[in-house]
Amino acid sequence: MSKLQVSLYRYNPETDSAPYMQEFQVDTQGRDLMVLDVLHLAKEQDNGLAYRRSCREGVCGSDGMNMNGKNGLACITPLSEVVKGNKLTLRPLPGLPVIRDLVVDMGLFYQQYERIQPYLQNDEPAPAIERLQSPEERDKLDGLYECILCACCSTACPSFWWNPDKFVGPAGLLQSYRFLADSRDMATSERLAELEDPFSVFRCRGIMNCVAVCPKGLNPTRAIGKIREMLLANAT
Amino acid sequence: MSTMRSLSFDAIIIGGGGAGLRAALELAKSGKKTAVLSKVFPTRSHTVSAQGGITCAIASADPNDDWRWHMYDTVKGGDYIADQDASEYMCSEGPKAVFELEHMGLPFSRFDNGRIYQRPFGGQSKDFGKGGQAARTCAAADRTGHALLHTLYQNNLKNNTTFLNEWYAVDLVKNANGDVVGCIAMDIETGEVVHVKSKATVMATGGAGRIFASTTNALINTGDGIGMALRAGFPMQDMEMWQFHPTGIYGAGTLVTEGCRGEGGYLVNKDGERFMERYAPNAKDLAGRDVVARSMVMEILEGRGCGEKADHVFLKLDHLGEDVLGKRLPGIVELSKTFAHVDPAKEPIPVVPTCHYMMGGIPTNVHGQAIMQKPDGSDQIVNGLFACGEAACVSVHGANRLGGNSLLDLVVFGRAAGMFIESALNEGIEYLDASESDVAAAMQRITRWNESEGGETVPDLKRELQDIMQTSFGVFREEENMVEGVKRLEELRERIANAYLPDKSNTFNTARVEALELDNLMEVAEATAIAALERKESRGAHSRYDYPDRDDVNWLKHSLYFPAEKRLGKRDVNFAPKTVDMFEPKVRTY
Repeated sequence: MSKLQVSLYRYNPETDSAPYMQEFQVDTQGRDLMVLDVLHLAKEQDNGLAYRRSCREGVCGSDGMNMNGKNGLACITPLSEVVKGNKLTLRPLPGLPVIRDLVVDMGLFYQQYERIQPYLQNDEPAPAIERLQSPEERDKLDGLYECILCACCSTACPSFWWNPDKFVGPAGLLQSYRFLADSRDMATSERLAELEDPFSVFRCRGIMNCVAVCPKGLNPTRAIGKIREMLLANAT
Repeated sequence: MSTMRSLSFDAIIIGGGGAGLRAALELAKSGKKTAVLSKVFPTRSHTVSAQGGITCAIASADPNDDWRWHMYDTVKGGDYIADQDASEYMCSEGPKAVFELEHMGLPFSRFDNGRIYQRPFGGQSKDFGKGGQAARTCAAADRTGHALLHTLYQNNLKNNTTFLNEWYAVDLVKNANGDVVGCIAMDIETGEVVHVKSKATVMATGGAGRIFASTTNALINTGDGIGMALRAGFPMQDMEMWQFHPTGIYGAGTLVTEGCRGEGGYLVNKDGERFMERYAPNAKDLAGRDVVARSMVMEILEGRGCGEKADHVFLKLDHLGEDVLGKRLPGIVELSKTFAHVDPAKEPIPVVPTCHYMMGGIPTNVHGQAIMQKPDGSDQIVNGLFACGEAACVSVHGANRLGGNSLLDLVVFGRAAGMFIESALNEGIEYLDASESDVAAAMQRITRWNESEGGETVPDLKRELQDIMQTSFGVFREEENMVEGVKRLEELRERIANAYLPDKSNTFNTARVEALELDNLMEVAEATAIAALERKESRGAHSRYDYPDRDDVNWLKHSLYFPAEKRLGKRDVNFAPKTVDMFEPKVRTY
């Protein structure tokens, strides 16, 4: 009777010439389940349904997907937040090649992450204890280091859809700024030099889809703005 | 078979969590041909969920802190079956390993003087239990595991580690001499099955909390390394020792860090009473996790539980104020809102003891070398096999792990295994190659699933396994119930051996992965059940109604489970630290 209508994007390259939407009726027993729970129930109906999942609490970033048109994490999105008119449509993250069903090839996304050299660079000999950092300096990393690499932001970004090979994208740039903002990092000018072309940073058009979808409440647009400021200050 | 592709490495690390990545980093720096093989992209590993911190005497909160005090707490916390040489190694090497993490960029929270922030955690003391509560847990807000795992992954990128991401290790390959010389693994994306040859195989596969119906563990924690080692015939140590974390969110099972109580939160029953004052007058809510979990269950059993069914208690945080919550526990505020529908700044969080950590695992020495037993009871090294992290039992956790010691275990022993393997490779390792029949033996299981034509399906069998474990091997245990549980597991094993995989496709077949995981859950569950039934005493996390007391005469020992005979033996606990006097077993009170 009151079963949830779930429309799932299906594609198995071994058997399907093209992707298609498949309808499932999922009995939620009236509970406000998470979208991931609904996927588990659908998988019991069709063993072949493929999606990624791990922590089921919003910290590992495995289950980013497009839910009724908006990117987010299935495991921390309750049905009450996305379902409209008893219908839930689930598609893979947009803009990346689909491997199977809701599983996308994250290769391009990871390449952009690696490109920004996402690790602390400091060639000075390390002290016998930790490097000191004041609470105020450490505060600058809040809102940056929490990124879980779920790709919800970059795959919601039209600039990334258009130039995924040249535009670093919101996730990569957020991490780039995480190191630029770290008082312990010594590679500021090298990092900026790597970004000083028309595409890497400047393809951001301030659309702010990234901010709208980030499941961790982070703000890549603001970080990109800071990088722009640093690049401009460097240029003058 | 002859067309199967093979890859060769000096060392292969199975698992991309904290332990695996720390071992890999050491080996990548050494230039050895190393690969990390992980069934998920490394930052999706369960280390990412660790919240409260990494316990280590870095003498930041207290300039006089001493690793020997930490060692005392660890040995006492483990109810005296933590090996004292291993605990000594972990606590004394710890500061080096933590400072290395900071140098790699881990964004620790800070004190005003710029040093790493440390908070109090359960079971921590100054001056060998005589100096009151210590604050020894180094934290990055309440996202320490996330910060640690990402930092290690980033530094592996920096050092060009080879990753086989979204590859699933199926079984170990042993040569004619019984040495471990690699594994069979499946590339999940393509379904291709590959023979991975290596001179050193490191099990860094993490825990197996998914044997229980209610667990804080990620869905991927299915004990794959334990299953592989048991099927290869190697013994497991202390498998009856499972930690139930006091504060899993009621209903959802998601973890709420002990750091909440470290920051001043406390548990209350339905009368609003801070009941831990009765059970642990000194440490109160910061007693050992086993003690707190048992106290909570006692409150519930005696009718003082909260909620309609009186089946949980409350964790009160609202008195800490929004500043502390926002600054020190931001992730908990998020999780509580999402999974318990409460704002901890205003209302208490409903919590219940929830399966959290496997203290047992593959027995190893401090170098990560896996150990089996000679007929005379002495240790014998398993050639080619290593383990570190939760999959290993060094043992630094004994019968009950202290909060914050798992992250320290990961980095200290991941690092130690990496260093040892590097020097062993430098000295030269040569084992006999695996023959075709050796490889075929390791292929048996995946072949069985691929050829299955009918029978019961994986989700139903998994649910039943989890129900058995939850019913018969929970916080409190007793003979009759466990005998029944062991019997049901025996019968379940038969059914799993005949179960059915409907989807035989190759591309990203998650159903096949889940089928292979079910075999591992079965191995872990049975080892746990038999060890729990046979250890006839109560110690640490293992509490029996029928044997309520600790029995040091018969059981001041590790248990050793032998899979071929399904027999439980014993192994001596190490009481010989190198630089300090050993800690004599005492009655454990908080």
